[in-house]
Amino acid sequence: MKYAPLNLGRWILWSATALLFLAAPQIFKGGFALTMLTQMGTLIIFALSYNMLLGQGGMLSFGHAVYSGLGAYVTVHVLNLIGKGTFYFPVPLLPLVGGVAGLIFGVLFGYVTTRRAGTTFALISLGVGEMVFACVLMFPGFFGGEAGVSTNRVVGKPFLGLTFGPAIQVYYLVALWCFLGMAAMFALTQTPLGRMANAVRDNPERAEFVGYNTQHVRFLQLVLSSFFAGVSGALSCINFEIVSAENVSAIRSGGVLLATFIGGVPFFFGPVLGAIVFIFFVVALSGFTKAWLLYLGVFFVLMVVYAPGGMASLILMQLPVLRAGRLRELAVPYALAALAALVALAGLIGLVEMVYRLSEQGASTVLTVLGMSFDAQSSPPWFVFAAVLAAGLALLRVTTRRVGERWGAIQADLLAKAAA
Amino acid sequence: MKNAVELQEVHKSFGTTKIIQGVSLDIRDGERHAIIGPNGAGKSTLFNLISGRYEVSAGRILLHGADITNLRPYAINRQGLSRSFQVTNIFHHMTVFENIRCGVLWSAGHRYSFWHRVGGLKDVQRRAEEVMERIGLARRRNVPAGTLTYAEQRALEIGVTIAGGASVILLDEPTSGMSRTETAHVVELVRSITQGKTLVMVEHDMGVVFGLADRISVLVYGEVLATGTPEEIRANPAVQEAYLGVLHKEAAHADGSHA
Repeated sequence: MKYAPLNLGRWILWSATALLFLAAPQIFKGGFALTMLTQMGTLIIFALSYNMLLGQGGMLSFGHAVYSGLGAYVTVHVLNLIGKGTFYFPVPLLPLVGGVAGLIFGVLFGYVTTRRAGTTFALISLGVGEMVFACVLMFPGFFGGEAGVSTNRVVGKPFLGLTFGPAIQVYYLVALWCFLGMAAMFALTQTPLGRMANAVRDNPERAEFVGYNTQHVRFLQLVLSSFFAGVSGALSCINFEIVSAENVSAIRSGGVLLATFIGGVPFFFGPVLGAIVFIFFVVALSGFTKAWLLYLGVFFVLMVVYAPGGMASLILMQLPVLRAGRLRELAVPYALAALAALVALAGLIGLVEMVYRLSEQGASTVLTVLGMSFDAQSSPPWFVFAAVLAAGLALLRVTTRRVGERWGAIQADLLAKAAA
Repeated sequence: MKNAVELQEVHKSFGTTKIIQGVSLDIRDGERHAIIGPNGAGKSTLFNLISGRYEVSAGRILLHGADITNLRPYAINRQGLSRSFQVTNIFHHMTVFENIRCGVLWSAGHRYSFWHRVGGLKDVQRRAEEVMERIGLARRRNVPAGTLTYAEQRALEIGVTIAGGASVILLDEPTSGMSRTETAHVVELVRSITQGKTLVMVEHDMGVVFGLADRISVLVYGEVLATGTPEEIRANPAVQEAYLGVLHKEAAHADGSHA
């Protein structure tokens, strides 16, 4: 009985998530938004499956794209066979095919990688990733070489009247699988295996002395994780209608690591936030600037240094303060710090964009900001943006100190109240 | 009487250093057996050999008559032997309840299950509550283990060890670093949890050893100097000379340095 409020909260949270999935295309209208939402859904599953390793099992993998990528390759061939009429299989169930394929490769490679934990696991996963990437290029018959394998998702009879031609239908397919995947992966954290994965992460030695073979725990956790990675690979295959070597590449593996970490490794829903932000960088920001990868890198480094618990930890930190009704006291310090951050960011962006303009051959070196034009080849804009950046950083120092003081005072009060 | 644990000519060397040099030892079923000896005698190493943490260099170890020599720790644990550690070895990020539950899960038969909701496993729940009650941490159920006091962590260490219901329990210095009152609590705790089980413990506190143990083995330089009842050990001149006399000096020295 004691836990009823918690479970109620859980129900509300999950219902809200489902509603958000349903309503998102209505809130964010337009083809571009739909593209982003679809990719976000795909990456959410992938990042959550990655966090089954990193967050829940303490396994830092550098080759997780192997499972999503190979799942995608198998899916693309099945889809093509359906298209040829070799056999019939409903398109909306294809993620299961990708999942099973991912799982089989998880059994195969996981048997090797999970023999060790820690650094050794990380290194072996890197090696397996490189090996698979090399194989993909070596066997163009199956993998289609550099160009990859393309397909057409509109095949066979419509499933319940759905052809999956229109992007909106693909979105809802992704959303459904994403929601199911989230629920399933959350449920897995609540099982004996899920809990023992945490135990093996925290203290593998003790886990062995209460009867658990840590190698076995890691293996099973990885196999289950690779199933969901495969599901996400199949969804990306359906969405893009092409699977290429990039799908299994180290870039993909690194990307999901970045997304997961930015979102917050210690929390189940952290990777969800991370996936959303990551897609924003990759899809939206890349349309505006060639320097998007640099901005993503800077953001990642800042998160690792200042918020190792990711965005989720930053949000959850506020909850006790909010509950005590004292978040309002922080509003002004927060706003000032945000303002200072914006100033610093403006300076940084100015410098970075000028560098990119100069480095790119044939590009115009004239930039326009707020209706003012200036040439990156002249020196004044450099001084201006450097000054803005310096001023922003100085302001940031002052304002964050104020946030820290206010925060410390509130925490001390809360602690004193808790002790009393 | 049947032996719960049997060591036959067990040797252990690290490189050229011989730590355990031919230990043969019978731990009888249902007895409380203490292993004492000066620092560096190899007591903890012996525990690590029995529980599978280290591999033996030579010799055999039997558990209830079955050969467990060089089995992995989990395999030995599954055969009914559970150990605690001298340096607290618990799951610091988990709550007291979750710690105990980790100790219960395998023995309750849930193994690597990923198709049961752990919160719905009533048998596990019941057993964990029972263990927490026994070790006196029921009121600290939802506290992260890392934030417990030292004495509480030591109790939890014992709780995790006994949670699986092992029939042979190895406790490595359960009272180390504790005050007199805390030690008295632990002695009572150890007495109650080992009711009907076999206990092997390494302990420095002679009061605890002579109060709890049915039999005592004295380990000196990796060899068993003597095994016997507390009275026999107290009366043994070799032990007097090799260890107990030294210990009194050590204890006096330790008390002096603490003051």
